[in-house]
Amino acid sequence: MSTVADPGLAVESAGLTKRFGSQLAVGGIDLAVPRGAVYGFLGPNGSGKTTTIRMLLGLVRPTAGTSALLGLPVPARAGEALHRVGSLVEGPAFHPYLSGRANLVRLDAADLLADPRTTSQRVDAALDRVGLLAAARKRYRAYSLGMRQRLAIAAALLQPRDLLVLDEPTNGLDPQGTREVRSLIGSLAADGTTVLVSSHLLAEVEQVCSHLGIMREGHLVAQGTAGEVRGTGGSTARVRTEQPEEAARVLVELGVEKVTLGSSSVHGVPGDLAPEKIVAALVYAGVGVQEFTVSTPRLEDLFVQLTGEGFDVSG
Amino acid sequence: MSAADVLPSRSATASRQGEGRRLVSTRLLASELRLIGGRRRNQAGLVVLAAVPIMMAIAVKVSTPGPGDGPDFLSSITSNGLFVPFAALSVEIAMFLPLAMSMLAGDSVAGEANIGTLRYLLTVPVDRARLLAVKYASLCLGALWGVAAVVIPGAVAGIALFGTGDMTTLSGSQLGFGAAVWRLVLASLYLSAGLAAFAAIGLFISTLTEQPIGAAIAIMVVNILAWILDAVPQLGWLHPWLFMHDWLAFPDLLRDPIQWSNLLHGLGIDLAYAVVFWLAAWARFAGKDITS
Ligand SMILES: Nc1ncnc2c1ncn2[C@@H]1O[C@H](COP(=O)(O)OP(=O)(O)OP(=O)(O)O)[C@@H](O)[C@H]1O
Ligand SMILES: [Mg+2]
Repeated sequence: MSTVADPGLAVESAGLTKRFGSQLAVGGIDLAVPRGAVYGFLGPNGSGKTTTIRMLLGLVRPTAGTSALLGLPVPARAGEALHRVGSLVEGPAFHPYLSGRANLVRLDAADLLADPRTTSQRVDAALDRVGLLAAARKRYRAYSLGMRQRLAIAAALLQPRDLLVLDEPTNGLDPQGTREVRSLIGSLAADGTTVLVSSHLLAEVEQVCSHLGIMREGHLVAQGTAGEVRGTGGSTARVRTEQPEEAARVLVELGVEKVTLGSSSVHGVPGDLAPEKIVAALVYAGVGVQEFTVSTPRLEDLFVQLTGEGFDVSG
Repeated sequence: MSAADVLPSRSATASRQGEGRRLVSTRLLASELRLIGGRRRNQAGLVVLAAVPIMMAIAVKVSTPGPGDGPDFLSSITSNGLFVPFAALSVEIAMFLPLAMSMLAGDSVAGEANIGTLRYLLTVPVDRARLLAVKYASLCLGALWGVAAVVIPGAVAGIALFGTGDMTTLSGSQLGFGAAVWRLVLASLYLSAGLAAFAAIGLFISTLTEQPIGAAIAIMVVNILAWILDAVPQLGWLHPWLFMHDWLAFPDLLRDPIQWSNLLHGLGIDLAYAVVFWLAAWARFAGKDITS
């Protein structure tokens, strides 16, 4: 087994595996989240995202494999690492009869490194950051789903963090809330915080993630920069023209793959070919180009392609 | 962005690591006590604990019973109000006080697991052994709290209704007021220690489940079983090892001089139960998967 402790990686795992009885929840994954990345951890329901996050945070013992947070092995040195990690695991959980604010104060009280003189100020700043200051003194019991989710995000922001691990952070949020979380993630990343964000709502991560990891039935089926992962689907070049046969011949000569002829269009996979070269070659060959587009596949299509069409969760 | 670009960036928490690193902090314990004390259910429990001695004092006042009636101490109440808390303790130590401890102990770990706050405490992070230590400390203070809820209202009601004559010890000699109060304090501490040992069993049971009510019932069942076993004469060899057996020795504090042998044995048993079950709780909790 390879050992983990690459200082360039904020989160790292090797062969991380978890079995619940006979059920394989996570089947030997090698995560690599570079420092400074916004890593979108995607996968359908039951694919093992939350279980992986629980292992990374030392809540659950892996059946096999190792992992490290900020270069420190878990669980051996999880205590040191976790002070620098803010987390949201499988939804919010707070004491129902305490106010939102009192709940945050309690978490702060539990932190040996937290300075009690600044508690009040940090709690208010965190509540303000998620737009919950007005409801801070309401009992948690009386919070709506979105308010609860916001409170959980505020808890992760009580301290400056090097890494944020957010499991489904926008679950239950209204569109404004979702947008705010997205811009929050963006601004934290701009400050140098690494963010690992799990989701099955692709649209919301698509715009903010620099890196992607895609889970399917406990396995990591794709991982890399957003560009690399999308690249596995391959971008498509499409030419709309009155002379499709002529255009197809030019594309094949250029080395475009999978050239397909339509009635008034041609499309193919250009690979490394620069789009402007393709257009220049077409025009030089006298093909009348009405429209030329190069499209990367939408993340959603890629996601379905990688994780399967089925609606039923895999058991 | 390559890793090299971001590596030199400031570590958000570098400054926190250096300054103000505390090895011990009472903040979590204080938060724990506020949580316990703030719960309606626990406040209602305290009221019930406190109501018993007051009801006893009033009942005795309105219908002076003949000697030998009712539990120990009851007949002596009329001579000295401080017998009220003693009588109340002997009544409540079998059921009410252990029941209160069962509720608190059942809640301690299973309650946090049940609502999911356990995962957020552990990722703060709070070391698991530290969390168990704080939870146990809060239970010990809870035991003291429960006993005080019996003793203080009992003493106040007793003194108000029956005054503070000299206290006749079980050996027949007389104690002044100050000495009698001191004996009451010792009895309170002794029974609190017993309840704290019981709470260690509860803490252990609470690490086994995510259902606080289930845990509380299981803890209470352990208590009832112990009392049943203690009542079976054929099991005499077992009795000295039952955690509650020596609780009943607390009236030895009202002898002159105090008869220490059973009390000291009781304290030894308390310590043994506390250590064994705290370690069992730790063994169970240290590597437990937190999936709630
Ligand atoms: N405590 C547990 N006991 C048994 N099986 C479990 C347990 N926790 C998770 N599993 C199983 O492990 C698999 C992965 O679950 P996990 O919660 O990690 O999925 P997920 O990717 O987070 O799903 P979602 O998107 O719905 O949150 C599922 O098949 C689930 O049934
Ligand atoms: Mg999940």
